[in-house]
Amino acid sequence: MTHHTLSVLVENKPGVLARIAGLFARRGYNIESLAVGPTEHDEVSRMTIVVNVDESPLEQVTKQLNKLVEVIKIVELDGSASVNRELLLLKVRADAETRGQILDVVELFQAKVVDVSTDTVVIQSVGNTDKLADLRRLLEPFGIRELVQSGMVAIGRGPRSISERTLRPVAVPLRAASDFSG
Amino acid sequence: MSEQGSPVSGTATGARVTGAQSLIKSLEAAGTTDIFGIPGGAILPAYDPLMDSTIRHILVRHEQGAGHAAQGFAAATGRVGVCMATSGPGATNLVTPLADAHMDSVPIVAVTGQVGAAAIGTDAFQEADIRGITMPITKHNFLVTDPDEIPRVVAEAFYIASTGRPGPVLVDVAKSALQAQTTFAWPEELALPGYRPVTKPHAKQIREAARLILEARRPVLYVGGGVIRAGASRELRVLAELTGMPVLTTLMARGAFPDSHPQHLGMPGMHGTVAAVAGLQRSDLIISLGARFDDRVTGNLDSFAPGAKVIHADIDPAEIGKNRHADVPIVGDCREVISDLVVALKAAADAGHTGDYEAWVDFLADIKKRYPLAYDQPDDGTLAPQYVLERLGQIVGPDAIYVAGVGQHQMWAAHFVGYEKPGTWINSGGLGTMGFSVPAAMGAKVGRPDATVWSIDGDGCFQMTNQELATCAINDIPIKVAIINNESLGMVRQWQTLFYNERYSNTDLHSKRIPDFVKLADAYGCVGLACESPDQVDATIEKAMAIDDQPVVVDFRVHRDAMVWPMVAAGTSNDDIKYARDLAPEFDKDDL
Repeated sequence: MTHHTLSVLVENKPGVLARIAGLFARRGYNIESLAVGPTEHDEVSRMTIVVNVDESPLEQVTKQLNKLVEVIKIVELDGSASVNRELLLLKVRADAETRGQILDVVELFQAKVVDVSTDTVVIQSVGNTDKLADLRRLLEPFGIRELVQSGMVAIGRGPRSISERTLRPVAVPLRAASDFSG
Repeated sequence: MSEQGSPVSGTATGARVTGAQSLIKSLEAAGTTDIFGIPGGAILPAYDPLMDSTIRHILVRHEQGAGHAAQGFAAATGRVGVCMATSGPGATNLVTPLADAHMDSVPIVAVTGQVGAAAIGTDAFQEADIRGITMPITKHNFLVTDPDEIPRVVAEAFYIASTGRPGPVLVDVAKSALQAQTTFAWPEELALPGYRPVTKPHAKQIREAARLILEARRPVLYVGGGVIRAGASRELRVLAELTGMPVLTTLMARGAFPDSHPQHLGMPGMHGTVAAVAGLQRSDLIISLGARFDDRVTGNLDSFAPGAKVIHADIDPAEIGKNRHADVPIVGDCREVISDLVVALKAAADAGHTGDYEAWVDFLADIKKRYPLAYDQPDDGTLAPQYVLERLGQIVGPDAIYVAGVGQHQMWAAHFVGYEKPGTWINSGGLGTMGFSVPAAMGAKVGRPDATVWSIDGDGCFQMTNQELATCAINDIPIKVAIINNESLGMVRQWQTLFYNERYSNTDLHSKRIPDFVKLADAYGCVGLACESPDQVDATIEKAMAIDDQPVVVDFRVHRDAMVWPMVAAGTSNDDIKYARDLAPEFDKDDL
């Protein structure tokens, strides 16, 4: 099984997340991470979903997602041709003795301290999954009090946009609405 | 819709109306002629304008009956069936028909009332999150809290239900939206950026399919319910006769190709004919048309049709390659796919290229002759269920509509009635809903009032939904019901006979004693008849056929130990099909 990153453009309507989460659950696919947010179009939201499946179930996942009326487009983002980022916030035990060492690690990873108290610091880091895992490993010996991490968001490299062409609304002529036999 | 696009009665587009009036006007504009339903608190505002509508509302006795009736209506007419219920329990009672319609691709629209928008999420009286509940079992669903959205949502619901792969759509409308003032304006077009079903097949795939068909030596047309839904029976017959390829029709496709046609091998699957099962297992090319390689057809997938390449045509891309790899995937409407294949193969024939299937056709003809559909007549003079269905088909004929429940009687009805035309066989295939038959037959009769409609039901199934006989009797919907009464949950009992050492745990219904089906029919305002010996069968059926102004219920009291054969035991290979108990056919040893 391998990780696949799907960018899913969906109509920005209530219940869409429930539909997608439900579909993954009932068809037995595991979501590794999921992030939802706005796009450059008000009426469209974008989900970045990381799934851990083989190639042929992945095709089923994509086809089943595509059947959802509110799913507009699905693109699989190739790791090397895209930028992947997650956000990590870590609350680490830090006293006068260890604070210096922690700040060294923070600097090494180009992370940031965003909150300080007498015996903790909160560290913010943005990066790909591997980088964040490394940071966490290095900070673990100091004592991690609390950890929160976002789902991955990803965007393709280069000039192309996945949302420019498909988002023009397609008007369906309303005809023969109740006659499916032609 | 042309014939049913009745003008919206009353107020014109743009006028101020209540949400409830807007809902009824929208249903009229969408072409609705009949609604099956039951009112209740949350949907009540909609029932007031319904009284003045051109739409006929049929008051059923249970919402499940409304849902199955909408399915029967849709299956018999090819139009969208409509059912209506109130919030909470009314809506949850629609869950089974929605799931059934989802599995069998039946276009229905269910309209439910919801508690007022302000009360949603508060566990209010008769509140159920029916949109959440039905997400996995509908093609799409809506919750409407803004009355201005009602026309657009209804238009989208009908469009989504009836196009692409048909299916159920639920529209849940908050009571507050029904009561509010709004403007009625029927949309002229819909914007559904994520919904674009592909109906026209790709030319390259058609060429590739035609090439495989011409190269094959043992091809078979594996025909599924998609051919019925697409109205492609005529095209299918042209394709079959042009090429000479053998045809098999799945449970959902019975009637798509005439049973009397010499190229027809019958139904494949767990209870398929030996010839149809052999036709798949020994094939070198399966041309799947609107079928989905369901587990009841393939048996154990690893040993299913091991030597066959697959051309898989379906309007739903997600079906292609789901269970079995497709060598040539074709996304498209079956009628267009088959028409394009015919054009390609005719052109090839004109250029002198035709397939050579003679040895294969002979091989299958021999199997069909050696292992015909057959059954034992009980030697104690009791009634064989298969005989009842055989006579029913012969006496009533191929123009009637036959609507089955689920179980042994369904399999016997699929095999022994004999179908010649599409839309004359309606049943619950995918979900296997016991209790489907009576309400679905009611819906079929409402949609096709001139057709004779026979519900073929088991004594177990019948007791799940027979309350709709009251609806039929009161609303002048004279269906006929043949209860195949073996006083058991027969199919379960058959498995207990075969796999559980004849330990009959909880399958004895005692239905020859309780209830008295003749009296029950009488109590419901129907004519009740009973028949328990072979010599009474013809006269009983003829008597039932002579009654036209009332529903008729016939209690066919049949031999209880009859079993459905042939059979491929669940999870085993199609190669292990048994023609009868302990009797394996010998098609595997034949060289081809």
